[in-house]
Amino acid sequence: MQRQTIAELSRQLQDGSVKSRDLVERCLTAIEGPGRQLNAFVSVCGEQALVAADAADELLKAGRAGPLTGIPFAHKDIFCTTEVATTCGSRMLEGYVSPFDATAVARLREAGVVLVGKTNMDEFAMGSSTETSYFGPTGNPWDLHRSPGGSSGGSAAAVAAGLVPAASGTDTGGSIRQPAALTGITGFKPTYGRVSRYGMVAFASSLDQAGTLTLTAQDAAMLMEAMAGFDPRDSTSVDRPVPVYTDELNTSLAGKRVGVPREFFDEGLDPDNEQRVREAIAVLEGQGAKVVEVSLPNLGLSVPTYYIVAPAECSSNLSRFDGVRYGHRHQGAADLESLYKLTRKEGFGAEVKRRIMTGAYVLSAGYYDAYYLKAQQVRQLISEDFKRCFAEVDILAGPTTPTPAFLLGEKTDDPVQMYLNDIYTIGVNLAGLPGISVPCGLVQGLPVGLQLIGPHFGDTAVLNFAHVYQQQTQWHCLMPAPTGTPDAADNAGGAS
Amino acid sequence: MALYPTDVRQIAHLARLEVSDDEIADYVDKLSQIIDLVDQLQQVDTGGVVPMAHPLDMSQRLRADEVSEENQRELFQRNASAVTDGLYRVPKVID
Repeated sequence: MQRQTIAELSRQLQDGSVKSRDLVERCLTAIEGPGRQLNAFVSVCGEQALVAADAADELLKAGRAGPLTGIPFAHKDIFCTTEVATTCGSRMLEGYVSPFDATAVARLREAGVVLVGKTNMDEFAMGSSTETSYFGPTGNPWDLHRSPGGSSGGSAAAVAAGLVPAASGTDTGGSIRQPAALTGITGFKPTYGRVSRYGMVAFASSLDQAGTLTLTAQDAAMLMEAMAGFDPRDSTSVDRPVPVYTDELNTSLAGKRVGVPREFFDEGLDPDNEQRVREAIAVLEGQGAKVVEVSLPNLGLSVPTYYIVAPAECSSNLSRFDGVRYGHRHQGAADLESLYKLTRKEGFGAEVKRRIMTGAYVLSAGYYDAYYLKAQQVRQLISEDFKRCFAEVDILAGPTTPTPAFLLGEKTDDPVQMYLNDIYTIGVNLAGLPGISVPCGLVQGLPVGLQLIGPHFGDTAVLNFAHVYQQQTQWHCLMPAPTGTPDAADNAGGAS
Repeated sequence: MALYPTDVRQIAHLARLEVSDDEIADYVDKLSQIIDLVDQLQQVDTGGVVPMAHPLDMSQRLRADEVSEENQRELFQRNASAVTDGLYRVPKVID
């Protein structure tokens, strides 16, 4: 299947050379056909999508369409949608149909985007490989035996394989940027608070941020103009005007300063991956940007800090799953406490249970100061490191991941090994900064990403740098060869 | 720091998770590894550092205490597995 950007499709929809119905039908055919072996989708809403596409075509015909009208789209299955189930990759929410829409979903629908389905993800977004999903792992379109990364792995695989032009994701510790890097697409995580968290199933509330998985930075900018903005229903939503991101995409990089944190190139980074990232930084330099070395001395502490803060917040957020009001319920419990305990035993998978228990432990009586308070202090130190850098530079550049995509099953039995893989992305969440991963080449035939990080509300600059880079390079146009054979589908699916 | 089976049982109770006997060893092993990872922070000097609760310098927004949502009990209870007369059903709590 041919991949096309939102920008290209939007032009074709506006000039009448293509209909939204055609685009949606093409997506549905791809999802149900060659896409099946990826297990990228948890649900598909074909009938509703065709109705929405016809409505979009009416608006286009009447000349009342916006730039996103009629564009097929997929939401990560963490966003509540009224038209189709929201499972969050968990048995706990199997079959759950939300009575309300997430704000991001409502805003994109209002902008005319057509929802075709919901994508697979690590259970409750806890994972970096999409292997913790109750609905089975997602395959990487570049190599079906490899992980597409996670937790937004279904969205990343779907966009990389051309099943949909774009999809939403959420990023708590790298869950948009890492899968984007490992599947060769563009993953944008805005500044914390930019996109409403309302209706986005909560994992770690002080870290969670919604964003986009697209082919280009330009497409991310187009989506952000619809998704971003103040929402009174999210107490941490930021009340600041939303910039016109697409206006600033072509701003010259001449005289801008790019900081390269030396800790991003320490031991652990694959030498070929490093080479690709250094070449990408040279492209920015070629556009007139000045490259300087900077330091994030506490970066190495970001993984342990995250694995206190995130589990603590998750143990609190996931206490709502009690078997009473919604979600899975154990049948036949003798008393209320057993109802809670057995419901949660059956409803949650192994990684989610580990994180809930880690959180319960670090918050328990006598340990709070030693763990949670300490982690909040180190979080401050990490955040100050970034602030010091941004006093000197406009943007930070480095790798998104230490290596290209790993094999499915390679790290599933060693949670700490899996956690350490997120070393370059987690600090950005702790500090609440905007970040993007853009494809910057191949390592052993697999894509790797350049990560660009901006200061708070530097989303425009991040998208500008990424767009200018993509105007100079073709890595974002590389797509995986059609993979596998039809019978490979049997291996990809199945509930774990 | 290594956890013991008794610790795991206590944490599981706090988290309201049923853990069967044959799962305990795996939890002891993996949770101990995670605690070892996060214990690195104990070496950091954080004297005088203000704890960071939130990534942006913002305060909690307040609003007037007025009804802003209508009652949608039936809609919300559609997702509950046991409801009688508009009430959620749970096992008997009081004798």
